[in-house]
Amino acid sequence: MDHYRLGEEIRDAAAPDGPVETRWERRRFEAKLVNPANRRKLTVIVVGTGLAGGSAAATLAEAGYRVRSYCYQDSPRRAHSIAAQGGINAAKNYRNDGDSIYRLFYDTVKGGDFRARESNVYRLAEVSVNIIDQCVAQGVPFAREYGGLLDNRSFGGTQVSRTFYARGQTGQQLLLGAYQAMERQIAAGTIEMFARHEMLELIVVGGRARGIVVRDLVTGEITTDLADAVVLASGGYSNVYFLSTNAKGCNVTASWRAHRKGALFANPCFTQIHPTCIPQSGEHQSKLTLMSESLRNDGRVWVPLSSGDTRPPGQIPEDERDYYLERIYPAFGNLVPRDIASRAAKNVCDEGRGVGPGGLGVYLDFADAIERLGRHAVEERYGNLFEMYQRITGEDPYEVPMRIYPAMHYTMGGLWVDYDLQSTIPGLFVIGEANFSDHGANRLGASALMQGLADGYFVLPNTINNYLASGPFDRLDASHEAVVAARTAVEDRLTKLLAVDGDRTVDSFHRELGHIMWEHCGMERTEEGLTKAISLIRGLRDEFWTRVQVPGTGEQLNQNLEKAGRVADFFELAELMCIDALHRRESCGGHFRAESQTSDGEALRHDDEFGYVAAWEYGDLPTLHKERLDFEYVHPSTRSYK
Amino acid sequence: MNLKLRVWRQRGPSDPGRMITYSVEDLSPDASFLEMLDVLNEKLILDGDDPIAFDHDCREGICGMCGMMINGVAHGPERATTTCQLHLRHFSDGDTIDVEPWRAAAFPVVKDLAVDRGAFDRIIQAGGYITAPTGAAPDAHATPVPKADADAAFEAATCIGCGACVAACPNGSAMLFTAAKVAHLGLLPQGQPERHTRVLDMIDAQDAAGFGGCTNAGECTAVCPKGIPLTLIGRLNSDYRHAAAPNSR
Repeated sequence: MDHYRLGEEIRDAAAPDGPVETRWERRRFEAKLVNPANRRKLTVIVVGTGLAGGSAAATLAEAGYRVRSYCYQDSPRRAHSIAAQGGINAAKNYRNDGDSIYRLFYDTVKGGDFRARESNVYRLAEVSVNIIDQCVAQGVPFAREYGGLLDNRSFGGTQVSRTFYARGQTGQQLLLGAYQAMERQIAAGTIEMFARHEMLELIVVGGRARGIVVRDLVTGEITTDLADAVVLASGGYSNVYFLSTNAKGCNVTASWRAHRKGALFANPCFTQIHPTCIPQSGEHQSKLTLMSESLRNDGRVWVPLSSGDTRPPGQIPEDERDYYLERIYPAFGNLVPRDIASRAAKNVCDEGRGVGPGGLGVYLDFADAIERLGRHAVEERYGNLFEMYQRITGEDPYEVPMRIYPAMHYTMGGLWVDYDLQSTIPGLFVIGEANFSDHGANRLGASALMQGLADGYFVLPNTINNYLASGPFDRLDASHEAVVAARTAVEDRLTKLLAVDGDRTVDSFHRELGHIMWEHCGMERTEEGLTKAISLIRGLRDEFWTRVQVPGTGEQLNQNLEKAGRVADFFELAELMCIDALHRRESCGGHFRAESQTSDGEALRHDDEFGYVAAWEYGDLPTLHKERLDFEYVHPSTRSYK
Repeated sequence: MNLKLRVWRQRGPSDPGRMITYSVEDLSPDASFLEMLDVLNEKLILDGDDPIAFDHDCREGICGMCGMMINGVAHGPERATTTCQLHLRHFSDGDTIDVEPWRAAAFPVVKDLAVDRGAFDRIIQAGGYITAPTGAAPDAHATPVPKADADAAFEAATCIGCGACVAACPNGSAMLFTAAKVAHLGLLPQGQPERHTRVLDMIDAQDAAGFGGCTNAGECTAVCPKGIPLTLIGRLNSDYRHAAAPNSR
């Protein structure tokens, strides 16, 4: 307890009760509405233009609200959702293979290792079917069969085929759909778009979120924007590890600034390590590239049976290979969920059976698939992924097996929200990866796109009305003392970063922080390691504020100043992640505590003690608020994929 | 490996700009081109110099944020490759490499290698969408789409909006970019109602943004990291002729 104190329990006051399949309909009926004429008088700020932010901005604008949208990239079309490869789940049951809304709900609760809310997850499964309809209407070119109907494929953690896809570029196509819907509203004047702008502070007035402080990344100008509600759709925080599959600019600043202003941060230690990424090639490495999990549909994962076998893969005979996922998990084989596949890869590498440089890799082999289906069919399914692999590694995966290794990919944790997706600050809504709500301790493949679009197209545009019905709120201008204070705080912080004038670059600190996190708060965590990490992070953070060198000034395009602010926030988040991981003395989903495992090395949950959401309040000593999770439908059981 | 770089440095839109020479040493051939610039920038910062500004984000070839002229070729020497996916193994030890920003009237330089591509967004605003307000959609299977059409629409839709086509075009034309969107949406049944207005409005927006006209030089498709084919421009022209005909509006 010396790293935190215990606060009062919290509960989700917006969640309706009653039969789970009626809750969303009831909430929509009971939530207050805003009549169309009044919507024009209400302004909503949306930060981030990925699947969640883009779809929310477009939908709110279509509904008649005035929307102001922000992104740090040079265009809203570039948000990192664009890089999602594999697909999007929906309970359409077009394959007649026993799928249903209930099954998607069940799979997601179970896949999340019983650390998500049933109400939220059921709603997600329910609206999943509308997402596909919406996207097809927008012209998203999903893969189709010869009869002209939509194709589906299976994905990790499920036994049905419910994943819709557009080659290996599903995220790109879905995001362009949302982006185009946004651009249509920009042309109509209902969305005002601010690209190359970064939110650096949340403005809270009278207990309500009323605006943001932003920096124009081109001119360096600091401005304030005031509104009736603020929506954060600013993504996840995998880049705290420096090396991750996220885009280089992805950061936690918007969420962290809101957290410092009073929004609770939930389950920060629930991070997802993706099993199929291209291994690191050297010291220069600036990011890691994911190879879609869909590859595991046809690729077989293996390592040599004995350690120290350095023969090229083609020279290792069948009976000297260990297809370890198929061996350990015969029911799901290569399609076990991500957390299980990642840890299994780590285990075989720890045994000295890893392949490639440093022994940090396993094979993902398509030889059988190419023989079974023919090269053309494999190319049709995964062509662009194979090309990407070849471009990065210089090896041809049609000829030699891919080498893959787990990498940090997605963060289930995020700002705490209620059923309405509202944070603990009234008027601050959080959607997509930035919130914590639907994936529990582990996200299933093809569910991030589903959640982002569910939140943005269908959930938030309904629930935010209930809040905005009490608006418009008091008129504010930039001279209000809370607004001035927020703006001054931002300016002071930038001045302070520029004034350190030290002898180490921002990246060198970020790399070192990432290394600490990967070592001690990565695939396997221990009390000893986490305690050590906390003290290392604190030391490094102090060093950052005395030795960082941020060149240039604040009044220009200054990419190092941008990075410095983000890394400063990552330091604070990193500490909270370790505290959260340390306090959760159980293994669940992506959080594996070495002290809590079964005799055969599987994760061991402690539902009685830890069956809650850990929601953290900011402070010198963080305060833990627990939200107890009740399972009325999917009863917690040991997750087994054997 | 060691490389010599000649990099375009320009403090802002009004600065005339100039090429500056740098040496970068001890590079791994497995490093990417942008990782090489990272290494150089780390050195510049510690030497008290201004690091080189360049746009980048996903570093896996899909966000379209990066892009520079490398030895005079948009995205460098490798076919169908973005700058972030270009690795040093395609260069030789001791090479001198020229690095410049996209040069096009419609893409003003922001700083060094970063340019403003907002004009692309304005082309999309003019009509690069299907009007389908959220919630109004029929069931996804209500309208089957022939697989060949869906596949062709997908191929056109893979454009990442990086701007290499414009940078490579002797006229600074955005025709390949516009044609890709016109084809993507025009090949699908959902895109038919707005097919004619779309092409007319997008071409108007393209002209207004200061892009040049297309003279079928074909440089665009040669540098396109997604291999968007030149034939789509023919398709656009065909759509445009139909749309502009007196009876069709």
